[in-house]
Amino acid sequence: MPKKISRMLLPVATAATFALLLSACSGGSGGGGGGGGGAATENLDGRGPITYVQGKDNSDVVRPLIEKWNAAHPDEKVTFKEQSDNADQQHDDLVKNFQAKNVDYDVASVDVIWTAEFAAQGWLQPLKDTMAVSTEGMLPATVKTGTYRDVLYTLPQTSDGGMLYYRKDLVPTPPKTWDEMMSMCPIAKEKGIDCYAGQFAQYEGLTVNVAEAINSQGGTIVGSDGKATVNSAEAKAGLGNLVEAYKSGNIPKQALTYQEEQGRQSFEDGKLMFLRNWPYVYNLAKTDGSSTVKDTFGIAPLPGKDGPGASTLGGHNLGVSVYSKNKATAKDFLAFMTSEETQKFYSTQGSLAPVLESLYTDPTLVEKLPYLPVLLTSIQNAVPRPVTPFYPAVTQAIQQNSFAALQGTKTVDQALTDMEAAINTTVSK
Amino acid sequence: MSTLTQTSTEHAAAAKNVALRRNRWASSRTYISAAIIVIWCLLPFYWMVVTAFRDVGYTFDPTPFFTHVTLDNFATAFSSEMGNHLDRALLNSLFISGVTTVVALLFGIFAAYALARLNFRGKFLVLGLILGASMFPGVAIVTPLFQLFTNINWVGTYQAMIIPNISFVLPLTVYTLTSFFREMPWELEEAARIDGCTAGQAFRKVIMPLAAPAVFTTAILAFIAAWNEYLIASILSNDATQTVTVAIASFAGSQPHQEPYTAVMAAGTVVTIPLVVLVLIFQRKIVSGLTAGAVK
Amino acid sequence: MSAQAGPDAKHGSANSARGGNKGIKEVGADRKEKTQGRSATLLIVPTMVVLAVVILYPVINAIIMSLEHDQGLDPVTGTFVAGGFAGLSNYAHWLFQQCTDPSGATVSCPPGTLGAQFWGATGVTFFFTVVTVFFETILGFWMALIMARAFRGRSVLRAAVLVPWAIPTAVTAKLWFFIFAFDGIVNTVLNTSILWTGSEGPARAAIIIADVWKTTPFMALLILAGLQMIPADIYEAAKVDGASTWQRFKLITLPLVKPALMVAILFRVLDALRMYDLPAIMTGGANGTTTLSILVVNQIRIGFNSAAALSTITFLIIFIVAFIFVRFLGANAVESASGGAKGKIK
Repeated sequence: MPKKISRMLLPVATAATFALLLSACSGGSGGGGGGGGGAATENLDGRGPITYVQGKDNSDVVRPLIEKWNAAHPDEKVTFKEQSDNADQQHDDLVKNFQAKNVDYDVASVDVIWTAEFAAQGWLQPLKDTMAVSTEGMLPATVKTGTYRDVLYTLPQTSDGGMLYYRKDLVPTPPKTWDEMMSMCPIAKEKGIDCYAGQFAQYEGLTVNVAEAINSQGGTIVGSDGKATVNSAEAKAGLGNLVEAYKSGNIPKQALTYQEEQGRQSFEDGKLMFLRNWPYVYNLAKTDGSSTVKDTFGIAPLPGKDGPGASTLGGHNLGVSVYSKNKATAKDFLAFMTSEETQKFYSTQGSLAPVLESLYTDPTLVEKLPYLPVLLTSIQNAVPRPVTPFYPAVTQAIQQNSFAALQGTKTVDQALTDMEAAINTTVSK
Repeated sequence: MSTLTQTSTEHAAAAKNVALRRNRWASSRTYISAAIIVIWCLLPFYWMVVTAFRDVGYTFDPTPFFTHVTLDNFATAFSSEMGNHLDRALLNSLFISGVTTVVALLFGIFAAYALARLNFRGKFLVLGLILGASMFPGVAIVTPLFQLFTNINWVGTYQAMIIPNISFVLPLTVYTLTSFFREMPWELEEAARIDGCTAGQAFRKVIMPLAAPAVFTTAILAFIAAWNEYLIASILSNDATQTVTVAIASFAGSQPHQEPYTAVMAAGTVVTIPLVVLVLIFQRKIVSGLTAGAVK
Repeated sequence: MSAQAGPDAKHGSANSARGGNKGIKEVGADRKEKTQGRSATLLIVPTMVVLAVVILYPVINAIIMSLEHDQGLDPVTGTFVAGGFAGLSNYAHWLFQQCTDPSGATVSCPPGTLGAQFWGATGVTFFFTVVTVFFETILGFWMALIMARAFRGRSVLRAAVLVPWAIPTAVTAKLWFFIFAFDGIVNTVLNTSILWTGSEGPARAAIIIADVWKTTPFMALLILAGLQMIPADIYEAAKVDGASTWQRFKLITLPLVKPALMVAILFRVLDALRMYDLPAIMTGGANGTTTLSILVVNQIRIGFNSAAALSTITFLIIFIVAFIFVRFLGANAVESASGGAKGKIK
């Protein structure tokens, strides 16, 4: 009988043993855990072919640049690994390959909010000593997004900031402060349209908008020690502004479902007087067939407390993997990808904002991207989103609690208290 | 076998006549129901097609019929200049789903035959383990699998997607086939064996034709499941082995932050149509395999 | 391994003893079982090997990892360090919503952490599962009954039914997101201004509608295959005996289609309990639509070890549901549920 059982169970036993063998071979390594270590001191003068990893390149910016590089560096050719267009998927793809210590992910395009996490994991080569690269002429706020604990880990390449789109046929001079903007809302009401909207659906865009509201009032979210600083009078004023505007109807109720595109739609349809959005709306609102505001909209810096508000920074930086075998080549490639000429190409071909301050007043660029001077003001006043290795948890805490405050299920005080507690339990794990 | 087919076709024909004569109402009721089902299933698809043919500058125009018609979105979906290789992705998906379906069916038929037909101990355990494979959140399987496949240098290969796909569709395949095999008239198989067939012959020539509807239904379900698989493919494919779901998910607008809705809908239309055509071909098989059984 | 084999083996043999009158049969049956066991092993091995590589290995891996703490930040260097052995504390974190505050004390997880959402997500997941599977079963049965009838244009119907199932889920979710936008087609056509993705009720309704639309064809196809296996002469005999349409449905169709139906429902339940794409794309989990799988994905980005524990808990929840299903609701592919019915009619 026991013999029989064992035979009956043979398939199961084989399978289970096989599985156990497999897991014994590779161990429980999924968590990563300060992976880098010694790798950061290796291959610093390695030269040879490398791979560049970036999200979707559908404006055909990266491919021509790499062709150019390859023509000049036949022994250090760059291969382009194109990721999806979705930021979460790019993040997860990078994490999986860094965890697996993939030597083929030499240089990666890193969203500004990921630098701290990847640096703390030890996946990014510190850009100092022999790996030091120049940040001369770059906007200071953008360099901050690449810095973790006073060390530069990623080199700014493209930037992005919030701007205020307004209807110049209705309000000839744009508002400079939040209060001024709110006082203009009756004009919209008279016309039967909505006053102000940003991105208030519960997703990353809400973090951007709430951070702007809080930073514009002089508040901060996370301090330099990584602990929450969000339970302050300034932060309360900032979040309070949004909540009040929503309650009074100055922010329409459907704005709670808005991501970037829905707000753009409403603005282009002529149903919205003020819109907080990224520079990309500019070209589309001018050219979209369905746009009713082609000649009647203007742009201005975000309204703040007493003057321009504090925009949140978007954009991408370049990082070098500690597992790369050819770091000297990678370093040269970084310089190439952030050179003035390359940045110009990125701006004209891909509508991406440069990080070199001088380019914002470059006449040929301004002709092509008329919003650059306004965007410059935005970025000069910009505050990076919280620089913390726990960013994914911090942004969850911000989104959920501020969304509840907007919906009115929580008071502003309660939302900020909960936000503080949630951030602190995360970082003290 | 042939007499069985004959009698039931006669029965079916007779039944049809009776029904026609007795009740015109019943048939119009069938048509009304069918119309409701068709509308329910196709209305959102219709909107998808409308969007697919709409000028990208009118993406958000909610007019419910074709306006600003253009083929640009289809051009975008196939534009290798924008990095969209939908043509290559279609071939990849076809290959991956095809192999997955064939292998899963083969393994599934083996296992289901054993489970439905043979007596052995541990049957309940085997069934439980197979079902257990459908219980772990798929998202949690990807990370360890990625590490495993990295170690053996499989990332980007077809088998790195085919093998997980097989495992995802196997539980359903085994369960469906087992439950259908339980209902088969196995006396016929025994009769065939008495007539001198081997076990394999009896199974192929007697049981398989009868099981055709179940097998083809399972094949369709497995194929579509593999065709729509995204999670594994998004992590384990590379540029050359990308599947359609991954290709579509990687679409981007002409500007950062711009959602490429119209191109996604165009691509969705393009990948759905070959699938439905394929199923229609299968269906002919089912219908012909079926005259023996079910026409009512 | 051997510890695992013990109770399972007992289970197996108990089952086959209960499974039928085999126990009473004489010695010949035992020999037959022996040879059949050998071929059964051969037939089942391919399936088990594939499942072991792709499922069992990651599952064992996840369970091992769930016993370690998530990595923490070294306050001096600012780099992550491995968290060390955690025992079952990752499980307690989810089940009892325990978090650690800056002073190191264990507190109840504050709102806005993932830990605070576990029970809510469990409830939401069950709610979606019950509602969607209910509607999918009813609608799927109805569709299958219509599709099984012989009428002109039946192939149009069959092609149409397949369309929702054939569209890749990621595209479907985008499509419905687009359809349910505030300025989208639904609000335009119905002339309403519902915030479909902006508050709890409508957001859930939108996801349920999208899921039912997408997955009913799966149900309908499986039930249709079940209907097609029913020999037509049974219906004829019943008609001759004067059975009404309802009687024929209740006494023939339902019991004979039950095995296929149960398998379809079982797999739909297992899938629905792991629902991810539709809510993730349509609402991002906002407004009370965070399912367990969404929670797992969010947690993977924060800490893999806690995510492994959550995956294991999800697995156990689904296991219990499946067990109840197979044990008490008769979704057992091995036991022929309709044997009796067939016999009765013949």
